[in-house]
Amino acid sequence: MNSSVIIFPGSNCDRDMSVALKKFGFKNNMVWHNDINLPKSDLVVLPGGFSYGDHLRSGSIASKSKIIQSVIKFAKSGGLLMGICNGFQILTETELLPGVLLRNKFSEFICKNVFVKINNTENTYFKKIKKDILELHIAHNEGNYFCSNNQMKQIEDNNQIALSYCDENGAIGEKYNPNGSSKNIAGILNKEKNILGMMPHPERMIDKYLSGDDGVIFFENLLNNLK
Amino acid sequence: MKISIIVTLKKDVLDPQGKTIKKALEGMNFKNVNDVRQGKYFEIEIDEKNQKKAEEKVEEMCKKLLANLVIENYKIIGSQ
Repeated sequence: MNSSVIIFPGSNCDRDMSVALKKFGFKNNMVWHNDINLPKSDLVVLPGGFSYGDHLRSGSIASKSKIIQSVIKFAKSGGLLMGICNGFQILTETELLPGVLLRNKFSEFICKNVFVKINNTENTYFKKIKKDILELHIAHNEGNYFCSNNQMKQIEDNNQIALSYCDENGAIGEKYNPNGSSKNIAGILNKEKNILGMMPHPERMIDKYLSGDDGVIFFENLLNNLK
Repeated sequence: MKISIIVTLKKDVLDPQGKTIKKALEGMNFKNVNDVRQGKYFEIEIDEKNQKKAEEKVEEMCKKLLANLVIENYKIIGSQ
C-alpha cells in the first residue's frame, strides 16, 4: 500500500506519521507543499503541526497551497484522505469537511491523553476495529469544533461524526469535552466517508512502552481494510 | 487603491480571546465593560484605480481567504 504525507512549512508531525505508516507496512512518500503532482497513493495524510505558522487562521494558508488542488482531486475521486490535528483544520478550510475548528473554549493549549468513542464503523478507517473506545493524544490550541445548525443537521443525518470525546467507559458528556467542541466532536467524516479529520494523534500511540498502543489498533485495522 | 477591511466573528461564535481581554480590562479597573469581541483588520493595496472594481476584487479575496464565512463576517470600511 502506498501512502503520501504532505509537508507544509511548520508541519511537525509529518515524520511521526511517516514512521507510523511505515511501521504498519505502508510504502510512504513525503510530498512537499510546493509540488503539484501527488504520487500514486492509497492514502494521503495531512499531518499535524502549525502550517504556515497558523497565520490568518489555522490551516487557512495551507488550504490554498500548490499541492492542495491535487489532494482535493484525489479525495473527490474517492481516495482516502486523512487530516490529523492541523490536517483536520486544513480539511475544514478547504471545505472538504464541514465546519471549523475554533480556539479552545478555555483559551489554553491542551496537551494530554483523551478517550474517544468511535461512532461510525461503516467506513475504511474504522470497519471491523477491535475496540470502540481508543486512548489517544491531543495537543492543540484550536480544536473546538463548530458548525452551523444546518451543517450539524446534515452531519448527524449522514452519520458523519467519527469520534467523540468520552471517558474510559465511553460515556459522552461535557465533563469529558476538553476544548468545547460541539457535541464532543473529536473527528468527522465527509458524506462519502473517504475523508477523515480528527484532532487526536494516532501516530503518537504506536509504542506501548513510550506512550500507548491504541494507535497500533487504528493503523493495523486501516491497513487490513485497505488490503 | 488602498482598501480597508474588518473581519469580525459572527454573533453566536464563542470568542475566548475577547473574554480574556474583557477580564484584563476589568482587572485594570475599567468599569461597565459589558462585552469584548476581537476581530481582524486588513489594508490591501491593489493596483486598480476604479474603486468599484477594486472593491469587487477585495470582496472576492474576503470570500476565498480573508474570512471564513462559517464563523466570520467581513466588511469593507474604506477605499482611498
